[in-house]
Amino acid sequence: MPVLAFLGRRLAIFAISLVGASMLIFAVCSALPGEVAEIILGEGASQAQIEALTAELGLDRPPVVRYLEWVGGMLHGDFGVSYFTGQSVSGLMAPRIAVTLWLVLFALLLSVAVALPVGMLAAMKRRSWQGFAATAVAQLGMAVPAFWAAIVLVLVFAVGLRWLPANGYIPLTTDPVSWAAHLVLPVTSLAIVQSAVLVRYVRSAFIEVLSEDYYRTARAVGWRPFPALLRHGLRNAALSLVTVVGLQLASVLVGAIVIEQVFALPGLGSQLLSAVSQRDLMIVQGVVMFLAASVLLINFLVDLSYAWIDPRLRTEAER
Amino acid sequence: MRRLGLYVGAALVTLVVAMALVSLFWTPYDPTLVVAGQRLQGPSAAHWLGTDAMGIDNFSRILVGAQTTIVVGVVSVGIAAVIGVPLGMLAGQARGWVDEVVMRITDIAYAFPALLLAILLAARFGASPVTAMTAIGLATIPSFARITRAGTLQVMRTDFVLAARASGIRWPGISLRHVLPNIAPLIGVQASVTFALAILAEAALSFLGLSTAAIVPTWGKMLRDAQTVMFNAPLQAVWPGLAIAAAVLGFNLLGDGLRDLLDPRLREVS
Repeated sequence: MPVLAFLGRRLAIFAISLVGASMLIFAVCSALPGEVAEIILGEGASQAQIEALTAELGLDRPPVVRYLEWVGGMLHGDFGVSYFTGQSVSGLMAPRIAVTLWLVLFALLLSVAVALPVGMLAAMKRRSWQGFAATAVAQLGMAVPAFWAAIVLVLVFAVGLRWLPANGYIPLTTDPVSWAAHLVLPVTSLAIVQSAVLVRYVRSAFIEVLSEDYYRTARAVGWRPFPALLRHGLRNAALSLVTVVGLQLASVLVGAIVIEQVFALPGLGSQLLSAVSQRDLMIVQGVVMFLAASVLLINFLVDLSYAWIDPRLRTEAER
Repeated sequence: MRRLGLYVGAALVTLVVAMALVSLFWTPYDPTLVVAGQRLQGPSAAHWLGTDAMGIDNFSRILVGAQTTIVVGVVSVGIAAVIGVPLGMLAGQARGWVDEVVMRITDIAYAFPALLLAILLAARFGASPVTAMTAIGLATIPSFARITRAGTLQVMRTDFVLAARASGIRWPGISLRHVLPNIAPLIGVQASVTFALAILAEAALSFLGLSTAAIVPTWGKMLRDAQTVMFNAPLQAVWPGLAIAAAVLGFNLLGDGLRDLLDPRLREVS
């Protein structure tokens, strides 16, 4: 059963990656127990105070024990408690996940919606000025930092035209219209860079399709170029595009951290950054693990989707 | 027309490097000199790009900011290449379980984009340009390892490597004499593209206040300052943004142009 072997192998890689990521995060944040007490007590704390607090927080136990405790808790949805406030990290993260999720999801959808037609146009017209223009715009889009795009969009649409709010967030359940209005600029600024990157991949994926026999046959039997590309090219191009979108997700998530900061959105990114400035390592550890696990999970799902998109099951050697 | 991208890229990169070099010896004004009476001025003959909220000349800050951009790029790419290239060559030549281990480590690394790793390191070791460069360098090792491995696999299949092995040359000799020279162009392209990525990542970190060396102006930090005054002085946000975009565009175009030059078959596809 090649499918089962494929899935089993992918599952194993996913599990190993999760363990590896958690060990790395733990090693950076928690391996040296003395530091946490030092950070909390601030400068000028005596050695005795530091040792007392370290013992109180349970940080004097061996790292292996603390690591297993942390991982065990996460398997039950418990990401530990903040060193400073004693609040549950999962409790802090829960209301913020939706904000980041909406932002990332819409940015990804918007960038695909823009990149697919533009990329296909760039592929079909690659020898004319339209194709050149599309490629040039994509190059420019890739060079623009998302947070700069955000600032410029705010200046134009919030400060200048006053069409949209400059920052802040309203929950969907409170006021759907206001919720949407507050998301437009953050989503757009995040999607600009992503769609620029995607356009290049869509273009090359479809240029490959254009040289395939099945496309030429479809054209020869009377299909118009665009319908032929949609009917026969999309599924074939989808394979490489799904991979790219999966890989892009990591950069969209990371981009969201910065964008949340610009628009004062109460998502995971702004929580992570405030935890970093307070040096609350337990929150940092939890949020980074959550983000890293999300990226790994998506990549795992992307791998699984090969089995669905490509019946031949691409193997490692082919890719 | 065909090599337009390469030329534009090379020109932009040269411009950024020239700005960094010139600023070592000369800037119109002291880029740290606070002048209380001339805050947030628009562009003028005296101050080409105006002044910032502290009355510092923006053009001088942009020039000096190029230094940080170049240093961060060189160090990050250096770290990534020095570790990633040997790892990739090892994986590509040894194959078997060594290959498997190296590739699985790069899988894990995919969960840590440069910015996330930098934030993690900043939380633990404090925010500084050194943590930023280290994080960007470490996070981009996998892309160097992967591209080197792919190139190495290709070179190892050639007849001249077979001949070299048959004549008794051991793997260090093959690595240095045959593999490295043949994959060098590939690594050069990767270095250029990674340089662009490093510039963007460092700008984002400076913008977030996670790469700040107290007084050294960086383009990302200028944007951070600009955001606080953007309602009164929107132009402040324009110059550093343009500088970052020009530098990133330059290195991306240079990388793409080099790849096309090296492998004309790829020109259409990528």
